[in-house]
Amino acid sequence: MRSFLHLRPAFALVTLVIATAVVAACGADPTATPTAAPVATPTPAPMQEGSGSLVIYSGRSESLVDPIIQQFADVTGIDVEIKYGGTASLAATLLEEGTNSPADVFYAQDPGGLGAVESLLSPLPSGILERAPDWAQSPQGLWTGISGRARVLVYSPDRVPESELPADIFDLTDPKWKGRVGWAPTNGSFLTMVTGMRKLWGEEKTAEWIEGMVANNAVIYPKNTPQVAAVAAGEIDIGLVNHYYLYRFVTEEGEDFPARNYHPSGGGPGALIMVSGAGILSTTENRENAERFIEFLLGTVAQQYFAGQTFEYPLVEGVNINRLLTPLDEIARPDIALADLSDLEGTTAILRDLHALP
Amino acid sequence: MPPLFIWLPAAAIALLMLMPPVYLLVRTLESGTAGLDVLFSMRTLGILIRTVVLVGIVTGGCAVIGVSLAWLTLRTDLPFRRAFGLLTALPLAIPSYVFALLVITALGPKGMAQGWLEPLGVDRLPSVFGLPGAALTLTLLSFPYVMLPVKAALQRMDPAMEEAARSLGRSSAEAFVQVTLPLLRPAIVAGSLLVALYTLSDFGAVSLLRYQTFTWVIFIQYETAFDRSIAAALSLALTALAIALLIAESRTRGSAVYHRVTPGAQRTPHIASLGAWRWPATLYAAAVVVLSLAGPMAVLVYWVVRGVSAGEPLDLLWSNTLSTIYVSAMAAVAVAIAATPVALLTVRYPGWVASALERLAYVGFALPGLAVALAFVFFGAAVLTPVYQTTFLLVTAYVVLFLPASVGATQTALKQVSPRLEEAARSLGKTPFHAFRLVTLPLLSKGIAAGAALVFLLTMKELPATLILSPTGFRTLATSVWAAASEAFFARAAMPAILLIVAAGVPTTLLILREQEER
Repeated sequence: MRSFLHLRPAFALVTLVIATAVVAACGADPTATPTAAPVATPTPAPMQEGSGSLVIYSGRSESLVDPIIQQFADVTGIDVEIKYGGTASLAATLLEEGTNSPADVFYAQDPGGLGAVESLLSPLPSGILERAPDWAQSPQGLWTGISGRARVLVYSPDRVPESELPADIFDLTDPKWKGRVGWAPTNGSFLTMVTGMRKLWGEEKTAEWIEGMVANNAVIYPKNTPQVAAVAAGEIDIGLVNHYYLYRFVTEEGEDFPARNYHPSGGGPGALIMVSGAGILSTTENRENAERFIEFLLGTVAQQYFAGQTFEYPLVEGVNINRLLTPLDEIARPDIALADLSDLEGTTAILRDLHALP
Repeated sequence: MPPLFIWLPAAAIALLMLMPPVYLLVRTLESGTAGLDVLFSMRTLGILIRTVVLVGIVTGGCAVIGVSLAWLTLRTDLPFRRAFGLLTALPLAIPSYVFALLVITALGPKGMAQGWLEPLGVDRLPSVFGLPGAALTLTLLSFPYVMLPVKAALQRMDPAMEEAARSLGRSSAEAFVQVTLPLLRPAIVAGSLLVALYTLSDFGAVSLLRYQTFTWVIFIQYETAFDRSIAAALSLALTALAIALLIAESRTRGSAVYHRVTPGAQRTPHIASLGAWRWPATLYAAAVVVLSLAGPMAVLVYWVVRGVSAGEPLDLLWSNTLSTIYVSAMAAVAVAIAATPVALLTVRYPGWVASALERLAYVGFALPGLAVALAFVFFGAAVLTPVYQTTFLLVTAYVVLFLPASVGATQTALKQVSPRLEEAARSLGKTPFHAFRLVTLPLLSKGIAAGAALVFLLTMKELPATLILSPTGFRTLATSVWAAASEAFFARAAMPAILLIVAAGVPTTLLILREQEER
């Protein structure tokens, strides 16, 4: 009897494995997705069988883009498989996979991720490229922007009166902001902004800004979200972030969430507009479906979804922005092509030299 | 020469464990001197010192909490000790970035605690960021790494020596410190080693709590520069650090014997009466449970309630829960199977081969998950194409990542089994394999189960390898938490996090129930 008892845990574990396997096989729906905000569904098209498949590597989060990708799958009948992950780790994965990659499309959070894998991408057809503005695309047509996001200052209206808001982020080096400003030096969007800064201001003034921020004890955050939370909690008064995080807090915590967005009135790198983007792998065997997908993302339905549900800026003509957002033409956007912002190495080097990065 | 059933699987596992270091070496050599420049800069030295300080504090804290709770819940008349035994194992299932987020929410300069203290005139709490927050988070999450193997060892331990000490006039506490504690050393050291290596590899807690460690710097390389070569060079340095730790550990080991050497059977151990210490001890155990489990759970439930009242749909994520339990159970079984030959070889056939294999077994655990995952992409996409992005390869990666969790527990168990028993079976005409199956394996089962439970909990919350290596469309609770939390949907992140902790109760309850059966 004792030896039987001794085998119990192993036995129980095996039983558990078998039981879960059985339950998973019978009941679980592997394509089930977490519920997300409802999407305006057009008249459901009949499922077209044999429309082929499509593998998407998405550096954009499942909670943001899964509803719209599922809609694409429903409308076209294409068997869509999605691998979600961080943009940087998926870029590294694609580089390791090389020509053996199962991926057809890479949908990235920022142009930096697309730039890193440019050697693996193939040019997009002109029909797709002409839908989005030139500044939001690679000059060789290897990737295109899908949705726009603005760099903003998120601030506390209680502690920073509107009259005190800086016209340009260079003003944040003023000693009066000492200890009151947050930044996320390792964040992809932040790095892209600094790369833009180097283009717009030159290396010297950029270095001056970084030194000023470090001297002002800018509080380091790992990414954007905690900065928005920190402004609301009163840890800092201003944070350097992307515009859409604020609205997620507002949706969860209500209109009286104590933080607001500000687009620097004087323009400059602090008012940069960036994009999420997508490209097609040159090793794809589903080129037609891949092109249909990117076309769909730049179509009215998807662009409306981004405007309405993810609080991003649509990149195609004729789609209205969310009422909470500042219209693009009211932002003093610096005139700069995003493809010129690929020199992340130079940016990390300067940040490292000035002790803003390890 | 060990028998075939030991060395053949052990050799296969060694090959498997070599994959990450080989991959890292390939990438590092590719980079020329860039990686070396970063490696030998003065700032790396500072980061190295910071990392070692954090590892030291967390390991020490975990050893104290883990051993004390193991003893209190198994060998004393602590009230509610079975409930405590169950609850104290669960923090292991909380992903470190979730815990860090909760620590900031509760103890941040303007966190919940500050809100409660506001009427008392506290305007701002002292900063939790940096070493204090990171050390607190990792200690509260990781003490079960020590507690679980120590509990397993306590259960197997022959109480005869403790009884001898007590019959010679020692009090329960004195007998524990002078006799039991030294006998528990292999378990404590094995558990502490896991804590130390886990701390080396953690990214979630240190990044949110802004404490720059080696792994943090490695991630910065992947995130900011898309530079795999420098990241690989730094990961190799991390491997070296881990091996240094392992060598230091083996120096402390000595050649002590932990099994009974005289004939006789094991008796039920003595249960110490806590006397006046009963309530302080209960308060202590309760404080650990509140800080490491109940507090985090309360914040998570609060997030869910707030989200639901704001119109967020309540999703129970059945398929994610099932796939999490499924893949974690697979990993637990696979790692247990892989760990047994490694433990047999290292304990019964010591020598340079055994110690090399043992160190190799720990390497995957100390590396950032992303580096191990990329090694599997490197080999998987090119060579193992048919199994690439299948559950099979994912579970194989879990073996590389979590092998030591099981090896340690199994080794500890094996050290408490006298080789005389196997020899007796052999002398009665059994083959080495038969002797192992009939005599050693049943005696090892508790250790193997404890290791498997540990692996189960670790796999449940694993993120980087799961994201990259899983079949497309495969989702676990951990990936759901991450997907929501990374975009600041806290209400949506809270539900899968709660389910993660509840599901972690499954193997732990099994273990506890078994303890009860034997009483």
